[in-house]
Amino acid sequence: MAASDVNALALDALDPQPVELLRLATAGSVDDGKSTLIGRLLYDSKQIFEDQLEHVVEVSRRRGDGHVNLALLTDGLRAEREQGITIDVAYRYFATPRRKFVLADCPGHVQYTRNMVTGCSTADVAVLLVDARNGVVEQSRRHAAIATLLAIPHLVVCVNKMDLVAYDEQRFAAITADFTAVARRLGARDLHFIPISALHGDNVVERSENTPWYEGPSLLELLETLPIARDRNLRELRFPVQWVIRPQDDAWHDYRGYAGQVASGVVRRGDEVVVLPAGIRTRVVAIDTADGEIDAAYPPLSVTVRLADDVDAARGDLIAHPDDQPQLARAFAATVCWMSEHPARERARYRLKHLARSTPARIDAIEHVLDVATLEHARGASELALNDIGRVRIRVAEPLPCDPYAANRATGAFILVDEQTGDTAAAGMIEQPLA
Amino acid sequence: MSSELVDNTVAAPHASGEALGAHGVSHLRALEAEAIHILREAAAELSPGVLLFSGGKDSAVLLHLAHKAFWPGRIPFAVMHVDTGHNFPEVIEYRDRMVERYGCELIVASVQESIDRGRVREETGPRASRNRLQAVTLLDAIEEHGFRCAFGGARRDEERARAKERIFSLRDDFGQWDPRRQRPELWNVYNTFLRPGEHMRVFPLSNWTELDVWRYIREQGIELPSIYFAHRREVFERDGMLYAVSPFVELLPGEEPFEETVRFRTVGDMTCTGAVRSSAATLDEVIAEIAATRITERGETRADDRISDAAMEDRKREGYF
Repeated sequence: MAASDVNALALDALDPQPVELLRLATAGSVDDGKSTLIGRLLYDSKQIFEDQLEHVVEVSRRRGDGHVNLALLTDGLRAEREQGITIDVAYRYFATPRRKFVLADCPGHVQYTRNMVTGCSTADVAVLLVDARNGVVEQSRRHAAIATLLAIPHLVVCVNKMDLVAYDEQRFAAITADFTAVARRLGARDLHFIPISALHGDNVVERSENTPWYEGPSLLELLETLPIARDRNLRELRFPVQWVIRPQDDAWHDYRGYAGQVASGVVRRGDEVVVLPAGIRTRVVAIDTADGEIDAAYPPLSVTVRLADDVDAARGDLIAHPDDQPQLARAFAATVCWMSEHPARERARYRLKHLARSTPARIDAIEHVLDVATLEHARGASELALNDIGRVRIRVAEPLPCDPYAANRATGAFILVDEQTGDTAAAGMIEQPLA
Repeated sequence: MSSELVDNTVAAPHASGEALGAHGVSHLRALEAEAIHILREAAAELSPGVLLFSGGKDSAVLLHLAHKAFWPGRIPFAVMHVDTGHNFPEVIEYRDRMVERYGCELIVASVQESIDRGRVREETGPRASRNRLQAVTLLDAIEEHGFRCAFGGARRDEERARAKERIFSLRDDFGQWDPRRQRPELWNVYNTFLRPGEHMRVFPLSNWTELDVWRYIREQGIELPSIYFAHRREVFERDGMLYAVSPFVELLPGEEPFEETVRFRTVGDMTCTGAVRSSAATLDEVIAEIAATRITERGETRADDRISDAAMEDRKREGYF
């Protein structure tokens, strides 16, 4: 169904149905065939332009690759093509009549954790590759651990190179069982397995005749139909104030609006709300956009909220419903992915950015380091090095309205910035707000 | 702010989302919301900033989004045109009209001035272009005005080096982009920390494709320069591309000007921006044409990207937009 629909795209161009945006991240080890899979996905869904393909054919020929190297489509930098390695996350775009896809292609080996966290932080779906010959290896556990840690709602495991194991159903079943055991331990939410051959295109866009025992969808069909709308958190309202709009001109003399992007929940005109951290209660009198007023706003809309009382709210404040407030925390336990070459040490100071607020922060304690391959916790570590994942306790200079990351991916996330280098030192996920 | 601007827009923010369920959001709404969030973050943390405006379709969308992000307030940054002096006259006329409509301050950074001041040396010969010289003019202007961020309408689908670039892209004291030193970009929490001399290029349209831009232009009723639509023009053919005949390009032996019905897919320097044969005279016709094309806009119409395998990457490393 997917493949034939792709050609309808051009016909639909003038009157497109509203389609959803799905963000996916792909991860695999060096030789798992990830670049081939992406190339295949783009090629078979007719999303590669002729000049791009000509370029790939020409460069493949010049390098003496012996075949059209689809990996060249995603390796965009000079050094990547010269050295045949992938340095950084690349973003690709493709569409079917049902969905538009933003694909974050995460490199497998160079600085893998850091890059994978970058690509996965905004993903709805993680597509992980496993080599059918090797089964679940250390790298598979690492990828599954990071995807689960980042609370990506859907995990799709592509068991690749099925052609090299004679499309063996038992082999697929064994890998599925192994991986399911790992994922269950990690607390993965929604898990799918697809037997594929990226090289030959089996079950990538079209369902394959080589796997008659497999009754599920092809990868593209699955990506088109995964129910992502219900993943959005529409329960607790979290509206971070990004910018206060005060025109102070003749036409809008008394106008004061609080602009931001709804992080979760629904805000409606007339709602009782509380402005945090001050705790001032007031009411929403209007929700403005440049296109006019609207009755309700929900993620991910960017809107401007007007409040009944002349409250002194500012950038960094958070608007919530009074009966469902985030905790105001001066300290919390968090999992961090360390991204700096300068290791994390206890008592070290950083600038912490959470929603639209940044505040000085200090690492009070390093509790444990996670071995992402074995999933064991090692206690007694004195530091976190580049690409380490560990649990720390952090103290902040100002109270932050926050939620556990598992409950809310927006209000539970933060970054640490090293103020000497300006580098992003860590990606953080709040586990437990403390006092 | 005039009410005419509001009347210009057609869709309520959630109107096209209805078919997706009560709280469904169409992909254009999601892209718009993301771009507005980025514009507000950069304006709040990287002031003073400037919006780079070439008069092309992407910068037209960017300016429109900036208007929406701060409405009913004013756009809190200036608009800057890096003027090569080799412009399509229709585009300059359009630029001035847009800047006035949105009530922005216009800064013109002139490549001619950079040449006159001896900052850059003009290329010579029939293939001379000022495209590459723009980088110096741009960096000088950023330094002179002390801008901490420059918004650009670049999209990741345009070119393979751009596919690798962050939304908040750090430039060092020399204006250089170093792909190996990029900061990881996590969730929508952007690290805007700058050391002295550094600035950011901020790309709110990173996740848009060419087709998204055109559909949004139609949905929002955004005005474009006339050269985007089919018209008769005197052109000549070089390396398989059609160039407009202008005082800025010297014809080579054997190159004969002729009249053709063309339009442009990108707007840049007249010396390196090619036209395509097209009879698409309306937005609907252009969108149908873009949806059916099998060639990227830069591949079809930009000579500057054909210089080498990594032409765009190399220019970006030098500080190019």
